[in-house]
Amino acid sequence: MFGLRYRRTLRLGEPRGVRPPETLPCPACKTAAAHEAALSSGFVCPACGQYLRVPPRDRIAMIGDPGSFRELAGGVSSVDFLHFPDYQNKLDAARDATGECAAVVCGRMSLSGMPAAVFVMDPRFIMASMGSAVGEKITRTFEYATAHRLPVIGFTASGGARMQEGILSLMQMAKCSGAVKKHSDSGGLYMTVLTDPTTGGVTASFAMQGDIILAEPGALVGFAGRRVIEQTTGARLPDDFQRAEFLQAHGFVDRVVARESLKETLTLLLRQHRRGVGA
Amino acid sequence: MNAYEKLKTARAGGRPMGADYVQALFTDRVPLCGDRRFGEDPAILSGIGYLGDQVVTYLAIDKGKDVEQRLQKNFGCPKPEGYRKALRLMKQAEKFHRPVVCIVDTLGAYPGAEGEERGQGHAIAENLCEMMGLRTPVLSVIVGEGGSGGALALAVADRVYMLEHAVYSVITPDGCASIIWKDAARVQDAAECLRITAQDMLYLGVAEQVFPEDFEHFDALCALIRERLLQDLRALQKLPVRRLLAQRYRRFRRYGIFEESP
Repeated sequence: MFGLRYRRTLRLGEPRGVRPPETLPCPACKTAAAHEAALSSGFVCPACGQYLRVPPRDRIAMIGDPGSFRELAGGVSSVDFLHFPDYQNKLDAARDATGECAAVVCGRMSLSGMPAAVFVMDPRFIMASMGSAVGEKITRTFEYATAHRLPVIGFTASGGARMQEGILSLMQMAKCSGAVKKHSDSGGLYMTVLTDPTTGGVTASFAMQGDIILAEPGALVGFAGRRVIEQTTGARLPDDFQRAEFLQAHGFVDRVVARESLKETLTLLLRQHRRGVGA
Repeated sequence: MNAYEKLKTARAGGRPMGADYVQALFTDRVPLCGDRRFGEDPAILSGIGYLGDQVVTYLAIDKGKDVEQRLQKNFGCPKPEGYRKALRLMKQAEKFHRPVVCIVDTLGAYPGAEGEERGQGHAIAENLCEMMGLRTPVLSVIVGEGGSGGALALAVADRVYMLEHAVYSVITPDGCASIIWKDAARVQDAAECLRITAQDMLYLGVAEQVFPEDFEHFDALCALIRERLLQDLRALQKLPVRRLLAQRYRRFRRYGIFEESP
């Protein structure tokens, strides 16, 4: 019942991240920005200043040193092992739309000359929900970082666990947590940047396990969904509920950092934690 | 019994609750309370007691017997202070070299505004991380519902046991149905698709053993559970801590089915 099923394989030898021209409509003012224009503006809507969601490879280009990124576990991809209704179609559509194998891109890179392992989750890919592939890639990223004594920078975004993979998606939360713990016990630095939206099982595992937790302004971050809470408790929730600023006010985020300052902040923090270097 | 029937059985009101297992499994108990940060969550019963001749720290999610208890315990949905209390007592167990036994029966962590304000996600995340490194054996028994992260936060264990008709799921089948089909009434289909039964967990290696349910002879059932837990504890306590932790890491590291192209 859980046997593997044949699935067409992506053209893995070719460079991924090469997408046809696309436009990104601003969720706030509905202005459509071409992908290239969005990239040059740091994915901030030129019309109204709203933050647009950043595809993983663009995010890596925005903060990493040019040409320094080396991908890890790029061939790991999801399997519909439960034969869950419509899951295979969702996977195929997500792969076609993003050119990616899974909802996270992982690797090593350098940032202002300092090496780091990095993972960036991709909300375009089934809301970056976490199944076996995402859990495996993130676990390997931490294991790699532990072995190579590298800090980890993680950009989180997720609708939560991927229910189409049943209980094994829940187990990814523990699996990743184990790898984070080993990395931490070895003295490694782990910084998370919570981006819109980070929810459910990802919030309840590695998103909240960083030594330092940063968040992008306005990002939705929470455990239970707003609608579930309103239905369960009958309470009307304030507009800023579960936004990055709300989390900072309640003590769960170190800093809300504007996108244009993010590279500078990460650089400074990496420099402050360089191993074998005094204060 | 199909998955939906098992789900209904696992949720049935007349079923023994966490408190019943605490009473039947552990003797000479001293209940302990509070997370030392915010408050006390009555959804998790906690303390020190004897499992046979072995001193253990017990943590049991309890749904409550009557309406008053259930409201007080949020129907067995723990709040952040519940998970933080659990972690405090697990660290205490580690310090005094006694094993931890968790009894799990929850729909999931409490979904409410104050839970979010106090960091429900953070509380669970911290438990997962710390339990992966806890330097003493941890055993978890899922006796009814194992609901999502709220159950996992007490089930990052060296051994996981389930009762015959208990379920363990990444999301409630009700929640899954309303997301996938926009129709909570399709809970039966969701229960089948998600693979939530104790037998599925054995197959997937998520649980090590399933105990046959016989609530007519509850004391005999608990005696059986106690014997098995003690037997496994004796084996786990013989391991050097490094090996115990390495085994726990491997137990969770192997979970996942995926493809890999070169």
